[in-house]
Amino acid sequence: MPGLDTTSTADISFMLLIFFLVTSSMDTDWGLSRQLPPPENQAQEEELVIKQRNALCLKLNAENQLTCNDEPMAVTDLSQRVEDFVANSANDPTLPEKSEREVHLMGRCQVSDRHVIIVEVSPKATYDAYFQMQNAVVAGYNHLRDDLAKEKFHHPYAKCNAEERDAIAMVYPQRISEQALEEEGGEE
Amino acid sequence: MKRGVFRRRKHEMPGLNTAALPDLIFTVLFFFMIVTHMREADLQVRYEVPKGTEVQKLTHKSSVSYIYVGRVHGQPTDSFYIQLNNKLATMADIKAFVEAERAKMNSEDQPRMTVSIKADRDVPFGMIAEIKQALQQSFALKVNYSAVQKIKEEYR
Repeated sequence: MPGLDTTSTADISFMLLIFFLVTSSMDTDWGLSRQLPPPENQAQEEELVIKQRNALCLKLNAENQLTCNDEPMAVTDLSQRVEDFVANSANDPTLPEKSEREVHLMGRCQVSDRHVIIVEVSPKATYDAYFQMQNAVVAGYNHLRDDLAKEKFHHPYAKCNAEERDAIAMVYPQRISEQALEEEGGEE
Repeated sequence: MKRGVFRRRKHEMPGLNTAALPDLIFTVLFFFMIVTHMREADLQVRYEVPKGTEVQKLTHKSSVSYIYVGRVHGQPTDSFYIQLNNKLATMADIKAFVEAERAKMNSEDQPRMTVSIKADRDVPFGMIAEIKQALQQSFALKVNYSAVQKIKEEYR
């Protein structure tokens, strides 16, 4: 009984290997996840008046310049600004109101649930500028949440379980509102 | 002399034993099968995604659909095109695309359906806004702005 001739197994597996090399890609997908609000009719109802102190108005013009409450600002400073704005740790009367709520796992604490970050972007601004702005805002929130997680749960936000995340998200909810888009240069 | 004895002995060169070669190749094959994933589409647009520090890995690949926005080779560099699946498309096609993608998913994936926007950094925001609006209207509310990771520098 001669042994099975397996010389060509190598060739076959080589071919499989080459097939997979060609048809697959190695890049992993990274990105910034955002949740869009549901369409129109509900958004219309929520059009209530926002107090001056509760709003942070970010504008990005056609030349990709960022203004924050009508003051020019570098995108690198935005994270810090968002952080100070949302946290309002000194209860400054010019910064957002906070309310006291019962938060699961944390007991009663101050919750920053009134603030709104209003984002207005010119349709001519580049996607990159918009992305950097979003990134900076999220960075600000993440930093706050991270600090809170470390203080309350003694580990970073990334290591929190779903329950802890919910509690933290209740203290620092992400409230970003993007204005109707055709305001500048659109037909409306 | 003893050395002479050795020299005279006929040595036949044995063939290289390749019995382990298939195993080796299979190992490499499995490695590639695990670390890579199938290409979703033939790219017809060229794009360079922005860089961000807060990006997260996209999980649940089966519930992700992709919209590509970028330049087309041979066209002026300031005009941008949308690609859905394997072909170029227009804004009006997005709704149908979302519906089709949703129908393809199983019931478990449908609620966590995410649309990943892979757009070039120079795309005007107006175009992204229109895409977002189209997605909103077709109730694909989870979007992901595709980006590459940049090392975080503390801003404090």
